[in-house]
Amino acid sequence: MDTNKRFLVGVYDDEDEVLAAVKQVKKSGVNIHEVYTPFPIHGLDKAIGHPRTRLPIAAFMFGTLGLACMTALTIWTMGYDWPIIIGGKDFIALPDFIPPMFEFTVLFTAFGMVFTFFITNGLWWGADAKMFDLRTTDDKFVVAVDLGKNRLSEAAITQAFQESGAIEVNVKEIVKH
Amino acid sequence: MSHVSALVRPPLVTGGKSYHDITEDISRQVEGKPTRQWWIVFLISVVTLLYGTACVFYTWWEGLGVWGLNKTVGWAWDITNFVWWVGIGHAGTLISAILLLFRQKWRTSVNRSAEAMTIFAVICAASFILMHAGRTWLAYWAIPIPNTYGSLWVNFNSPLVWDVFAISTYFSVSLVFWYVGLLPDLATIRDRATSKVSKFAYGFFAMGWNGGAKTWARYEYVSLILAGISTPLVLSVHTIVSFDFATSVIPGWHTTIFPPYFVAGAIFSGFAMVNNLLLIIRYTFKLEDYITIEHIETMNKIITVTGSIVGIAYLTEFFVAWYSGVEYEFYAFFNRATGPYWWAYWAMMTCNVITPQLFWVRRIRRSLAATFVLSVIVNIGMWFERFVIIVTSLHRDYLPSSWAMFSPTIFDISDYIFSFGLFFTAFLLFAKFLPVVNMAEVKAVLKGVSSDYPYKKKVSAAPSERIVRPSFNKDSE
Repeated sequence: MDTNKRFLVGVYDDEDEVLAAVKQVKKSGVNIHEVYTPFPIHGLDKAIGHPRTRLPIAAFMFGTLGLACMTALTIWTMGYDWPIIIGGKDFIALPDFIPPMFEFTVLFTAFGMVFTFFITNGLWWGADAKMFDLRTTDDKFVVAVDLGKNRLSEAAITQAFQESGAIEVNVKEIVKH
Repeated sequence: MSHVSALVRPPLVTGGKSYHDITEDISRQVEGKPTRQWWIVFLISVVTLLYGTACVFYTWWEGLGVWGLNKTVGWAWDITNFVWWVGIGHAGTLISAILLLFRQKWRTSVNRSAEAMTIFAVICAASFILMHAGRTWLAYWAIPIPNTYGSLWVNFNSPLVWDVFAISTYFSVSLVFWYVGLLPDLATIRDRATSKVSKFAYGFFAMGWNGGAKTWARYEYVSLILAGISTPLVLSVHTIVSFDFATSVIPGWHTTIFPPYFVAGAIFSGFAMVNNLLLIIRYTFKLEDYITIEHIETMNKIITVTGSIVGIAYLTEFFVAWYSGVEYEFYAFFNRATGPYWWAYWAMMTCNVITPQLFWVRRIRRSLAATFVLSVIVNIGMWFERFVIIVTSLHRDYLPSSWAMFSPTIFDISDYIFSFGLFFTAFLLFAKFLPVVNMAEVKAVLKGVSSDYPYKKKVSAAPSERIVRPSFNKDSE
């Protein structure tokens, strides 16, 4: 069965304008699906109403995991599995283990966070890009509204777009098989 | 939201570029056919690489006996080259991480190529680590893996093992940082691509990036946290490299000043290399509007600062060697300056301490030719610094009967040439196939830094919406 989704797409050509437009369009009761921009605009996610990301928490947990792994590895190998006296030091000479512990914390944080970032955003090698307008990776800013999830009529939303300075308003259908 | 920059700040993007102009200017070299200059330089690099590879294989085949090492001087060009390349790598992370934390907008047009330089420089450095191991195929012994020798583990007390972790973490984290920053630009190229091959290739690596606000918000956090962890990482890497020497008992190496002094030297040489590469890129790709004199001048200022730190470190080291009253320590330093390797010492002093001071003169700091020449000189000096530290500390060891000199063989030299072939081949491929300037980041700061911003509208925020206390990642508000 085919389910067609109809989106109304407002195209803007200025970063400040699109930020103001999002606030304005939202005020008139439109439920915004997502805004696509060529570069990050500060405060845009908040204006749309996206919740704050929890990535930093994930990053912290991955870092802690890395630290724990290397702490366990160094203490176990040097202190228990095959203890060797080196330079008259203790078997578990913790200060000596700080550099690898630190490096592993960083390594796990970076990789764990970045792969979490990929997965939560549906980014993966070879993934299809769901683009509403190819110009959003160049110089246009696009506000997409899912018509199926809005009580306002198409005409009313179009008007809201135009009033907030959209240079174009297009309809985009996404066909799902 | 406003895009206010202080009036005293010179523009960082000139020529009244629009967002679309940026896309066009930067994508041009990716989409077009390589120029003749590119082919010529590329072919030279590939030939150099092939020659170098043959010599490296010969080194592996025959063993380290083909180098000029002897029983007194057991480390020479190999570790000199290693430390030199790692040092060069530091500038990329400094630009992408530390300058991001400090909100330096000028980093946006130089960070991409500086990070690429970091990655290739670290690969070159790693190649010397593998080479100097002699039996390169056993290099995995440095990794703590269960083994058949009675599960004897690596020695975690050893700075050489720390170095394995530091360099590999540094390389992989830099690579990830660089790649995440590339995603939006790969998507730009993908959406402009006309041929099937490039649409597929750039699309594959762009990972389906579509620039949604949610993605961007997370992207900013990822950049910020990567910058936050890369900053101590980059400082730790050269600190640990310096530990390779500083934790030993060799007079001349056993000094506590090494970590800060190595880090400053690394940034010093790295910025010099960035300067050289950017000047070439700027010229061949006609990116004068993005890599302006201001960028070059800013980097020259950093070179002056770090060069002065290095100079102070040389003098401090010498003073402490004398003041400590340790005869052996002082002899190591006295021998450096006046012994048989005096020429290396004074080459180091001249290139690192004296000539960079010319950058105090504004005319020189802003001259492209002078910048290029002085940057090359800095890197010659920094190579000599490592040579001086390593070879002069070793060549007159505890027994005068075993005092020796080091003279490089053709394979010492060729294996060094190999790294240049590797570096420039990789860098040229990068410059051809990937955008050398981070388009998305330049666009993001364009309104604040452009000389003549062409867009008509500037919507000022209502007073109630102005952010009175900016939070830590709100850049331009």
